[in-house]
Amino acid sequence: MGVVAHRSLVDARADFPVLGREINGHSLVYLDSAATSQKPRQVIEAMESFYSTSYGTVHRGVYELGREATDAFEGARERIASFVNWDTDCSIYVRNATEAINLVAYAWGREHVSAGDEVLITEMEHHSNIVPWQLLCEETGARLRYLSVSGEGELSLDELDSVLAEGRVRLVAVTHVSNVLGTVNPVQEIVRRARAAGAVSLVDGAQAVPQMPVDLRAIDADFYAWTGHKALGPTVGMLHGRRELLKEMRPFLGGGHMISRVEREHSTWNELPWKFEAGTSAVAEAVGLGAAVDYLSAIGMEQVRAHERDLTTYALERLPELDGLTLYGPPNVDSRGGVVAFAIEGIHPHDIAEICDREAVCVRAGHHCAQPLMRLLGVGATARASFHVYNTRDDVDRLVHALSGAREVFGL
Amino acid sequence: MDALYRDYILDHYKNPRNFGTLDPHDLEWHDHNPLCGDELGVHLVVEDGKVVDLRFHGQGCAISQAAASIASEELVGMDVEEVGRLGADWVIELLGIEISPTRRKCALLSLKVMRGATTGDASWPE
Repeated sequence: MGVVAHRSLVDARADFPVLGREINGHSLVYLDSAATSQKPRQVIEAMESFYSTSYGTVHRGVYELGREATDAFEGARERIASFVNWDTDCSIYVRNATEAINLVAYAWGREHVSAGDEVLITEMEHHSNIVPWQLLCEETGARLRYLSVSGEGELSLDELDSVLAEGRVRLVAVTHVSNVLGTVNPVQEIVRRARAAGAVSLVDGAQAVPQMPVDLRAIDADFYAWTGHKALGPTVGMLHGRRELLKEMRPFLGGGHMISRVEREHSTWNELPWKFEAGTSAVAEAVGLGAAVDYLSAIGMEQVRAHERDLTTYALERLPELDGLTLYGPPNVDSRGGVVAFAIEGIHPHDIAEICDREAVCVRAGHHCAQPLMRLLGVGATARASFHVYNTRDDVDRLVHALSGAREVFGL
Repeated sequence: MDALYRDYILDHYKNPRNFGTLDPHDLEWHDHNPLCGDELGVHLVVEDGKVVDLRFHGQGCAISQAAASIASEELVGMDVEEVGRLGADWVIELLGIEISPTRRKCALLSLKVMRGATTGDASWPE
């Protein structure tokens, strides 16, 4: 588990076994990391080795395996928390970012949001940062409001200020990086303004943590949610929260491990973070995520960000070579992450993805779980290419080639 | 020739038959494919238990639009009751191309909408 010496991204491709696959006689070009990322062998091996040598129940086994499993599980938590610069005991394992947000909506929201209050989100949120708040507002009689997204795919801090000034916002929930537009939002500033107005803040970091350095102490949000499977790790998520809030919150799920003592009529709760981890956690997945953050740290998140920026720049340069192509999101690569949503006039995104697949180019087509944003863009769906450490400029060339083939098939 | 995007499929996609709206109409339905967000609605004019005119409207991929367009030509003149009994195979045979599992709902959306309009049953045809 020691930190590997600095590795170049050229070497990184060799770490991903799936890239050795051929589909339809073509080598794989995986451009859907915003949906889920591929896994390096370091992650796969860490999980396999854990299952092969040290698997056991955590926090209960008195025997050697139980001790080793607990050390691996808690050791991973420590490294994951330090990866995003947050306190270990305020870093909670969950299933995914969706569950992290639901945890906050349930355990914090139901105690602190009531009729007449407002929950403020934005028009660029993923359904995971919309629907939990809809449910909360339906239940409590609070009002759900949306900050608008500009033509260039950005939020307005002035609009934020004017909504906050009305004095009814209890919670601001915003994505760090848009999964469609790629917009990198000024979350530090949004959190600061929310707090000044007496509102609690939640940042959805599902698209941010995998591709850029994230310093949670600098952002200082009350809650920050993300997921491992987009960050080269397995399917386990993280919720980082402010200690004062987590301490006074009621539990989310009740059951084993989250209790201190159970009486016939009532119970008392375990300490942080275990108070929010009812039942047996995804232990090997946590170990795998520990290996994933070690892997990313060894490359260096600054370098990951630079690589994604280079590929995005190149894609934004090459894609417009195709006639009838529309790009979505900020034109400036400094304010966007490694995702490019696009449309081609005369070909539906579903057909674009189908034809790309014939050349083993994996792109996403659909509403990207962001239907309110799709309506704002005036489309039902878009195609989307997204990058990670294993992608190269050649992959972008392969995409452009496949897209020009799609235009031919459609007689354009 | 492309095995999926055949000339007649692309022709129906680019120049869909019986697309638009009908007012007044006797029956209508609107539905969507939750996987991709594609939407399709239909207006039907019925006389003596038969479909005498219909219009689809909405947006979708080549497969879903071509399926609606090709089916529309068969549906005019059919008994409303018969339309409600049509199964998935009917529209897939009409399309005349191999439909993979990932594109099945694209192919079936127009039939789902017709079934909804004629029977009120909102389930996917099997």
